[in-house]
Amino acid sequence: MTSIGTGYDLSNSIFSPDGRNFQVEYAVKAVENGGTSIGIRCKDGVVLAVEKVIASKLWRPGANKRIATIDRHLGAVYSGMIPDGRHFVDRARDEARAWRDTWKSPIPTADLASRMGGYLQAYTLYSSVRPFGITAIVAGFDPSQPSPVDGEVGRGPSVGPGGVKEGLTHGGPGLYMIEPSGLYWGYYGAATGKGRQAAKAELEKLDLAGEGISLEQGVKEAARIIYVAHDDNKDKEFELEMSWISDVDGPTKGRHEEVPRAVREEAERLAKKALDDDDEEEGKKDDEKMEE
Amino acid sequence: MFRNNYDNDSVTFSPQGRIFQIEYAAEAVKQGSVVVGLVSKTHAVLVAVKRNAEELSSYQKKLFAVDEHAGIAIAGLTSDARVLSNFMKQQCLGHRMTYGRSMPLRTLVDLIGEKAQMNTQVYGKRPYGVGLLVAGVDETGPHLFEFQPSGMTEEMSAFAIGARSQMARTYLERNVESFADCSREELVRHGLLALRESLVQDRELTVDNTSIAIVGLEEPADAEKTKKKTLRPFQLLDGQDVKEWIDASNVPAEGEGEQSGDGDRMNVDE
Amino acid sequence: MDHRPQAWGRPRDDVYGAYDASFMNPNGPNQATQSPIVTGTSVVAIKFSEGVVIAADNLASYGSLARFTDVKRLRTFADSTVIGFGGDVSDMQYLDRHLTSLAIDESYSAPSLDSDAGGPPKARLNAANLHKYLAKLLYARRSKFDPLWNHLLVAGLDDDDKPFLAAADLLGTTFSAPSLATGFGSMLAQPIMRRFAPDEEAAARLTREQAVDVVKQCMKVLFYRDARSLDSYSIAVVTKDGVDLKENEKLENQSWAFAERIRGYGTQTA
Repeated sequence: MTSIGTGYDLSNSIFSPDGRNFQVEYAVKAVENGGTSIGIRCKDGVVLAVEKVIASKLWRPGANKRIATIDRHLGAVYSGMIPDGRHFVDRARDEARAWRDTWKSPIPTADLASRMGGYLQAYTLYSSVRPFGITAIVAGFDPSQPSPVDGEVGRGPSVGPGGVKEGLTHGGPGLYMIEPSGLYWGYYGAATGKGRQAAKAELEKLDLAGEGISLEQGVKEAARIIYVAHDDNKDKEFELEMSWISDVDGPTKGRHEEVPRAVREEAERLAKKALDDDDEEEGKKDDEKMEE
Repeated sequence: MFRNNYDNDSVTFSPQGRIFQIEYAAEAVKQGSVVVGLVSKTHAVLVAVKRNAEELSSYQKKLFAVDEHAGIAIAGLTSDARVLSNFMKQQCLGHRMTYGRSMPLRTLVDLIGEKAQMNTQVYGKRPYGVGLLVAGVDETGPHLFEFQPSGMTEEMSAFAIGARSQMARTYLERNVESFADCSREELVRHGLLALRESLVQDRELTVDNTSIAIVGLEEPADAEKTKKKTLRPFQLLDGQDVKEWIDASNVPAEGEGEQSGDGDRMNVDE
Repeated sequence: MDHRPQAWGRPRDDVYGAYDASFMNPNGPNQATQSPIVTGTSVVAIKFSEGVVIAADNLASYGSLARFTDVKRLRTFADSTVIGFGGDVSDMQYLDRHLTSLAIDESYSAPSLDSDAGGPPKARLNAANLHKYLAKLLYARRSKFDPLWNHLLVAGLDDDDKPFLAAADLLGTTFSAPSLATGFGSMLAQPIMRRFAPDEEAAARLTREQAVDVVKQCMKVLFYRDARSLDSYSIAVVTKDGVDLKENEKLENQSWAFAERIRGYGTQTA
């Protein structure tokens, strides 16, 4: 299936005869070699998790954070070339600041995803640059209650802002995954990196689009799925990093924060247990087979 | 595969998703002489082996202060290191002038990471051909960061880069658990022992080819006024100043079992 | 005729004459605002043993009109410092937005080691750093003849967790003292506060209740005598446990009995 793009794959922005930009496809390969990262959109919040493969025993434990905060209410995680990921986060922070300066209000998740999709796509247009070697997962919670405008003085009229329609719900959790080509979609569950196939299979089992799960449940599932996905990378040690965002009345008060250590350790304990249970079951099955 | 087609510039991915120019830049780091960095709860230490081009020439400086609370060790293209170190000095000074405090290490290191990453994504620029170990103390304590030409920056408990640095890293990995509680003297000692591991056969540490730098938090002179430890500024030691440290590292400490030798002896690489 | 969309609605040149570009005059003399429009009056603050108490009333005056009565002039920065603004309200809003951006940027580089409790990253710019930054910002603006027309007080803790209180004004003038007030407060409230905290040692002996009491007294006196003040105010107590901000306090125990005794102006008694 793979056609060697001979001649058409040396420069960015060049179309091959079958309409492909091979440099972008090669960038996707760089993503596939990175540690797994996932995002889960729950009914009342969003969870992000990443498998940080420990490249050296001399790494300072807990000091190298991969999940980044953008403004206060958005989080981003990425798989692939980490310096490119940091470039992505820097730009996203600039976009968020520019939005705030203009509209005196935090940027909604969908708008940031759109901006970043456009930015990544721009790096596929010219041969003087190369595509980003990352796929990023952006998560946010748009507040359901109107929040005060930046620099607001006074409370305004007691009747509140005008033009508000009854019965409409606002805000809610948002999760987007942006690829090196600049293509992005909104997801209930997103996974990228080396273990994405295993992670996607697990996410599909959760029925996130239907019933949905709660934020606390999402944290436990995210840890478990990372452990399952890590199986592909079994020979290396890894550090799990997780973050979450809830509504204003939830545990994070609308902000993007790292999951507290106690909650994370509990989730990891359950994840390891689930993995061990699975192994035991598989072992039993094999034994039964042998007996037959 | 066809390495030659895909390794001309840093804006070309290979079919496997690698960027060869960045990987080649990392080779330049491996050409430089070895430097080692370590961190404890209170101090950060950098030690380096300096090289001279010829018998009679001077030795290339490897350790540089960037501000009174931070410094770097370089391995690779010295001119690229100069560009980055000047940038870091300006940032630190500007930050100190604006906010009246020492620049947090993570912020500083992120800036050079971003700077280096830019060079890997546009045509006409080349990656920086130098690796850095950035050591310093800020309000969250001592830190050590590794900087690579790809723009990758990571915080480490201890690390070594440069020629044959794998040997030094092996020593550090073996002892990493004990570094956090080391005193200033013990930390430097570990650094010099790690450095020794990477030396070529028949070479040894001398006052000419060894550099040591220490920065840390210590009890203030007037300890009753404030219980908090104060910064002991980045201190660079060369020449005769390192003699006592080298001599101390030659004497085995009590309880040291697995050492690659004992007492005064010529270091032999396996 | 020009039918392009950009010319729709444009008055015709042959009827009204060509556009006179001299109206644009980018090189002509420019003048920034000469006086503030909507203003806040005094801000009052005093240090005590564990922190600082700061207060400001909730009025924004439009000249002599008491226009907006729910304006909060005490703004928190990163849950650790309170800044009280007197002077132009639009400049206060600009500074508030600017400082919000700064706080968000600071939180990006917050300490990266495992936080046990979770929660938002802690502020790294303390009150002293913030004051220095604001002073430089205000001075830079005044040097461009385009000042931010405010007199502000920064209240919080410094690097050693000691109470910190300093002022900065539209000219970039700064000073620090155990008690400070802006506007009318510097004339009416300071003498009262100085009786309780004449120097640092006395301020360090004040308790929280005493300090709050003194500040409430000052706010009362200011309401009696400052014609551009209001009896509803905000008061904040800043300690190492954070900021305790109450925004809708009302002045208690007001005694206007002295008004009955007034005949005419000044010392006239009949």
